[in-house]
Formats: sequence, structure tokens, C-alpha cells
Amino acid sequence: MTAAVTTPGAAGTGSSRTGAAIDAARERGGAALVGYLPVGFPDLATSVEAARAMVAEGVDVVELGLPYSDPVMDGPVIQAAAQAALEGGFRVRDVLTAVEQVAATGAAVLVMTYWNPVVRYGVDAWARDLAAAGGAGLITPDLIPDEGQDWLEASAAADLDRVFLVAPSSTPQRLASTSAACRGFVYAASTMGVTGVRASVGGDAERLVRDTRAAGAERVCVGLGVSTADQAAEVAGFADGVIVGSALVRALGDGGVRSVGAVAADLAAGVRR
Amino acid sequence: MSTSTPPRAGTATGLPEGAALSSASGPYFGEFGGRFVPEALVAALDELDAAFTQAWADPSFRAELDELHRTYTGRPSILTEAPRFAAHGGGARVFLKREDLNHTGSHKINNVLGQALLTKRMGKTRVIAETGAGQHGVASATAAALLDLECVVYMGERDTERQALNVARMRLLGAEVVPVRTGSRTLKDALNEAMRDWVANVDDTHYLLGTVAGPHPFPTMVRELHRVIGEEARAQVLERVGRLPDVVVACVGGGSNAMGIFHAFLDDADVALLGLEAGGDGVATGRHASSITGGAPGVLHGARSMLLQDDDGQTVESHSISAGLDYPGVGPEHAWLAATGRAQYRPVTDDEAMQAMRLLCRTEGIIPAIETAHALAGALEEGRRLGPDGVVLVNLSGRGDKDVDTAARWFDLVSDEDLVAAEDVRTDRADDGVHAGPDVVAGGEPRDEGVPEQGPGSRTDRGDAPVDGSADGPADDGAEAPTGARGDR
Repeated sequence: MTAAVTTPGAAGTGSSRTGAAIDAARERGGAALVGYLPVGFPDLATSVEAARAMVAEGVDVVELGLPYSDPVMDGPVIQAAAQAALEGGFRVRDVLTAVEQVAATGAAVLVMTYWNPVVRYGVDAWARDLAAAGGAGLITPDLIPDEGQDWLEASAAADLDRVFLVAPSSTPQRLASTSAACRGFVYAASTMGVTGVRASVGGDAERLVRDTRAAGAERVCVGLGVSTADQAAEVAGFADGVIVGSALVRALGDGGVRSVGAVAADLAAGVRR
Repeated sequence: MSTSTPPRAGTATGLPEGAALSSASGPYFGEFGGRFVPEALVAALDELDAAFTQAWADPSFRAELDELHRTYTGRPSILTEAPRFAAHGGGARVFLKREDLNHTGSHKINNVLGQALLTKRMGKTRVIAETGAGQHGVASATAAALLDLECVVYMGERDTERQALNVARMRLLGAEVVPVRTGSRTLKDALNEAMRDWVANVDDTHYLLGTVAGPHPFPTMVRELHRVIGEEARAQVLERVGRLPDVVVACVGGGSNAMGIFHAFLDDADVALLGLEAGGDGVATGRHASSITGGAPGVLHGARSMLLQDDDGQTVESHSISAGLDYPGVGPEHAWLAATGRAQYRPVTDDEAMQAMRLLCRTEGIIPAIETAHALAGALEEGRRLGPDGVVLVNLSGRGDKDVDTAARWFDLVSDEDLVAAEDVRTDRADDGVHAGPDVVAGGEPRDEGVPEQGPGSRTDRGDAPVDGSADGPADDGAEAPTGARGDR
């Protein structure tokens, strides 16, 4: 099924806050650092504090995860954190609170969410409320542009970024259509798999970034598996941004906010090498 | 029964003007269906869609599957009239489509043989499956053994406890069973884990999904593979009664046996279709698995359909005495048939199902699966409504051998001394349960510590060794490769 995707407010128009943050990082030298933490883990206040600490230590774009009961794209670390947040009483509206408080740092704040919570909230209402909270846009791991006409329209109306994923298995046609549907950046999944720490990120990622750019993407950031400064430096050599999740979540679980700050600082040094 | 005329195509059905309801073949069924999946799976779904479409149009593929069904499954399955049972249901004639007599004891074999043949045709060597009651897992393990495929079955840890015998059956058949400890530790979590495995191993692995749910093409493909149930039953009822049944009833979890028997009747305007959902303790209590009766539209496991969810769109845990129906979602084609009014869906409580199970045992000498017993409870109600002139067709989707333990507790059939290690099956059980197995638990820590996670001698490494006992050296019972270790998690 290769449904034609019409993209209202085509890529490049509007004022992508995420795009601006990535471009600023590029001018500074190196690549942007995108840091992920789930809202509500270990509790709402600490998750916000940890996200702000990441920004203070050099994270350029913050990705706030919306904990969901069935996270099929996530590995054990993020699954466990999401489950803990849900058991701790996380509510979807907490994400908007967190966005507001983290965006106050001046960082671009994206929300990473599985699709059903947005469907339940109402796609238009969600776009409106996210924009009002100062959010930059959404990363949608289980929504492909083919199924996302309502989100394409709502995000255009609310001037929000849309980050869809591409994978090593994506065909050139899909790289092109997905890149055209994105605004801000294209999320390149480094390997065929779920989120988590990996020993090596592999050559697939570099090839995928090259192919995605060739398919028309303006900015490509790489995620899945990056956890060390060396890996971050390596990926920064060929991508516009480096996305780190599990390593930060693990640091928060093990050593609290201070630990998150230390890992973020280390990674930030990596992307700027 | 005064059945309302099915909605005309081109109105609320989303089908082209004049098209038969039975022609619906996805990706969408009205507003339901689609492919809400990670991009990484899109290429595999495209490949599967193309491969199935081509195979299904290929007479040699169909002939091979038909021959397997004739000589291995035991098709056609027979139609049994149940007069003593029917006497308790208003005297209407009740006919049982005996899918319980299929090899492996349920309708599930229809789907797995088709998909396993397709796996070979696609050149893949490994299948993964999710299972609730264990019926689909056993069927998958069977097909994998028959067709020489590696097989890994994900099963919620709570289900491995409820259905320990089926875990043993799968292992006996050479499959690896991975208990899933995340979330509610039931079928939905097994499905999540299977999806994660598939994303990581899609090159050599086919996801042998066990029901008419999931992203396109699964709902359509699985229905096509089960369509034989309704086609046979329709002809059998016509031959025996001289007319079509008034109503066709089937239990609905994900909904594969129901779609299989409903499909042949979709365009028979005078035949009512009734799906019985798992009502658990009663829909009003919130402890149930009735996705259509008690759920709302949403996206889960790759498709838009009806599902049990809270105000935030978080999936709500389902409850049913029947592990095979204990799923908070339902196939998109059922959601569509419900929305258009072509089929009706009603809940049956645990107690009603158990009573119907015992009644069939005592009146007909047939022990049905508890899943199937939900349909039998619905059949009794329909019989009372129709009266002696009525004809009710029931899909007897599975046999109840696996459920004898549950029935023994429910009806207090054995003494307390016989149940030394027993716990109340209706109670959620504590984490570290009776299930003994050497496997790594998905989402949790390995149970047999001391096996290195990486490198020589690791689980992954040893997973390449034959586990059928014919290998040189000592039998390596605990060395099944945990699939969780693949894909570098």
C-alpha cells in the first residue's frame, strides 16, 4: 500500500523549532544531541528536573516520552521506565505540564508517543494543546505517514514538527515519501530492532543517512543503540543529530538527576568532537 | 429470526457500490484496519501481502494446502447435531461444526498450515508466534515441526501458568516457549514481544500471527485461511436441513474462528451472525474482555479497531477465565461488522460459559474448550429465542482437554488433597509462580543464571545447536536460545 501522502505546509515552510536547534548545533560544529526521557519516571517532578539537567549539560533537542501500555518499539530499559511511570499514576496531561517546564529552558521539546493516546485525546486537540504548552512537535514510532493524514493536517495547522521514522528496510520510494512528510528532521533507526544500548551502531546507519538525504531529507538524526561518547562522535560524523534514550533512562534510574547530567555532558562532548 | 437486511455496499460499509460484504479484503474495513506499525515492518508487510496474494491465486499452493488439510488436519471437519444439548435451549436444532476434531484440537491449524507453507515459499526459515491459551502456539509448533521451521512462541507468563500442559506440548514439539513478564503478562504482551522480535529478525523470520487482528494483510490473510470452516459448514447444514441456519454463533477473542465461519454467510441476508465475547465477571464490573461490547475505537497492535482502554488511551487489562479470549482488542473486520450491524456481539460471563461447557459434556459427551463454551452459551440463548423451528450453527472451535484442570477447580470435581499445589485459577497469581521452565523470560532476567549472555557458550551461541536430543553430547535441556537475545537487546 503506497497511498499518496499529501503534506499540507510542505517540509521547509513554517518555523521548525527543532530544525533551528539542529542547524544551530551544526554551525557550532559537530551534530545536535537529542536526549530522550519518559515523563513521570521516576515521578513527574524528577523527570522534568532530569530533562532540564540534560539541557544544561548540552542536549540541543529534548524528546519527552509519553509512557504507554504497549510500547512495541522499546527495549527493556524504556519499557520498564514506562511501566513504572504508569504504575506511579502517570496521566497523559502530565506530558503537557512537562513540555511547558522543559521548553522554558529554551530547548526544542518534542514528544515521542505511540499513536493511540493521541487518537484518544483527539488529534486536533492534542496538536493545539501541545503547541500552547510550547512543544515543538511529535515523534511517532508506530504511525507511518500513510496512516497519518489527520496528523499531517493538525500539525500543519498548529505549526508543529512531524518526525517520522525510516529504517534500513525502507525502500527508496518510502525514504522519499517519509522525508517529504517530515518537518524538523527524519529519524533514522540505526538497526532493525527496538530501543536499547548496543555495542556498535553499525554501517547500516551511515548508509541509511546517506540514502535518506539522497531521497530529499533536509536533516537526518540517528537513533537506536547509541549510548557512549565514542558512538555519539562516530554518528555525529555522518548525521545531523544523535538521539540517545536508553543510556539516559538507565542513568536516571541508577543514579538520579546528577547521573543524567553527567551522561548528557559526556555525550555532548562526543557530538562536538 | 427477523434478521434485518445487511447494509448495502456503498452505504456505511466503505465498499464500492454493489460490492458484496464478503469481498472486503483490507487494508481497511470501513474505518477499521490499516497498518499502524513501525516503519521497519512496512517492507515485511508489503512482502507478505504480495506473497500471500500471489500464493492464494496459485492453484498449486491451494492444492498443496488442501492436501495437507485432507491428510493431516482431518478436513473436512464433521457437523454434529446436538439434540440433548439443544433440549436445554428451547428445542431449536443445534449443529456443531467440529473444529475441535482437527489435528491439534482447534481451528488454529487451518491458519498455521497456510502461513507455514507461505513461510517456506518466501524462503524464510524461522517462525515466531504469540499464544494465549496455547492453542495457536501448539498449532504453530506443530506446523513448524511438520515443515522443518525453527519456532519460537511468546506466551504471557500468567498464561504459561494457566496452561502449563500446552507449554509442555509446545516444547515436546521442539518449539521454544518464551514466557513474557511485561505488562499484564498475558496475550497482548506476548503479541508486543513477538512484534519486537519480528522488527529485529525480519530477514529470516515470519511472524505467524494467530488471529484476524494486527496490521494488514494479517486480518485478511488469516480470515482467508479459516474461510474453509464456513464454506464446509454452509454446505453441510444445507445438506442436512435443506436450508441455511437462522443464526451462526462463535466465540470472539481476536476473532479468527468467528471470521472463519461467518465469512461464508456474510451475504446471506437471512442468516444472523452472533459473536460471543468474554464477559468475565460481567461487563459492568470492568473485569471482562468484551472489546466490542465494552470498548471504544482505537489503535492497538497495528490496526484501528475496538479495544479496551482508559480515558488516556492506555490499554486496559482484560479478564476472562478463558486464556484464549483474554485479549483487550479484536480483529478490525469484526469491529466493522459490528459498526455496520451485519453481526451482533454480546458478552457471556465466566459462569455462563462454564455452565454451558458442563452441559455439553453431560448431554453430548463432548468436552469443549472454555473459549468455545462462550459460543455454546450464546447458542442456548438463541435456541430459546428461535424455538423448535430454529436452526443454530455453532463453531465448536476447540476441545477442552487443556481446560480440565480449570473445570475441576470451578466445579470442585476433585478433593482438596488432589489439589495440593493448586491455587484458585480465578485469582491473579503472584509473580514467581509454579511454571518451571529453563527459558529466559522476555522482559525479565534469565532464570538459569550462570549462562553467559554474550560470547562463546552464551545462550545465543548455544541456540544454534540442535535441541532435538539427537545432537552429540549431553542433552542440553536448558539451552534453548532465548529469542530476546537476538537483535541485540
